[in-house]
Amino acid sequence: MSPLSGYLLLSALLFSIGLAGALTRRNAILVLIGIELMLNAANLNFIAFWRYGPNPAALTGVMFTIFSISVAAAEAAVGLSIILAVYRHSKSINLDAMNSMKG
Amino acid sequence: MTISFFIIAAITIVGTAAAMSLKNLVHCVLSLTLGLVGLALLFLLLGAQFVGFTQILVYVGAVAILAVFAIMMTRSAEPMTNLPPASFRLSGVLIAATVFAVLAWAISSATRSLPSQSSQPEVSVNQIGVALMHQFVLPLEVIGVLLTAALVGAAILAMDETGASR
Repeated sequence: MSPLSGYLLLSALLFSIGLAGALTRRNAILVLIGIELMLNAANLNFIAFWRYGPNPAALTGVMFTIFSISVAAAEAAVGLSIILAVYRHSKSINLDAMNSMKG
Repeated sequence: MTISFFIIAAITIVGTAAAMSLKNLVHCVLSLTLGLVGLALLFLLLGAQFVGFTQILVYVGAVAILAVFAIMMTRSAEPMTNLPPASFRLSGVLIAATVFAVLAWAISSATRSLPSQSSQPEVSVNQIGVALMHQFVLPLEVIGVLLTAALVGAAILAMDETGASR
């Protein structure tokens, strides 16, 4: 097994763990955390391909990961404040209780 | 494949799996922090020092704290009483396992054509800064605008509507 395929397998496993969490948990915060885990698995893929790829001097993988981390941070901030707004409205962040878009 | 890779991978998997399966949400975020530190160590192991420390700063420093604040403000620290039915959870885990099986099959069948540079690339923060300021300056500006918009949007969304803020 080459080193790169080890990293790719680990990243696939992290993605599956995040997917399982996002699908099975009913708490909105945990679903958001699961999505963050899936983003992180993609970041690991970028860095692994950059490290073992043919042209690491171009820095493409590193740049993509930096921008991806920034977008994920913005997503987490906006997502958590939406969860706060929903909680203030309906006193619950259980996803099964969020079944109407109108107040 | 070195022994350090397996140790750090085990830490990461245990941390993230615990984050997705524990009952208490505060414990979930704490084990998520462990998993994210493991990921940052993997980045360091791959030679991407800047990304590793950015990961620690952004995820361990900001996102985990933000999640803890959200848990406390929504009073969901105590374990949830109404869990979904077991069949629902089982189907979710089955879907994730299928996705992993397909990905693992694809990776293992492509393992011969994967690139494998043996030399560790040497990249300094200086090089990253120069690249950010020349080649990637437009994405950098766009990210700046995005982060500003997200900051303002998050503040407005979390603002109390019923108060005198209108």
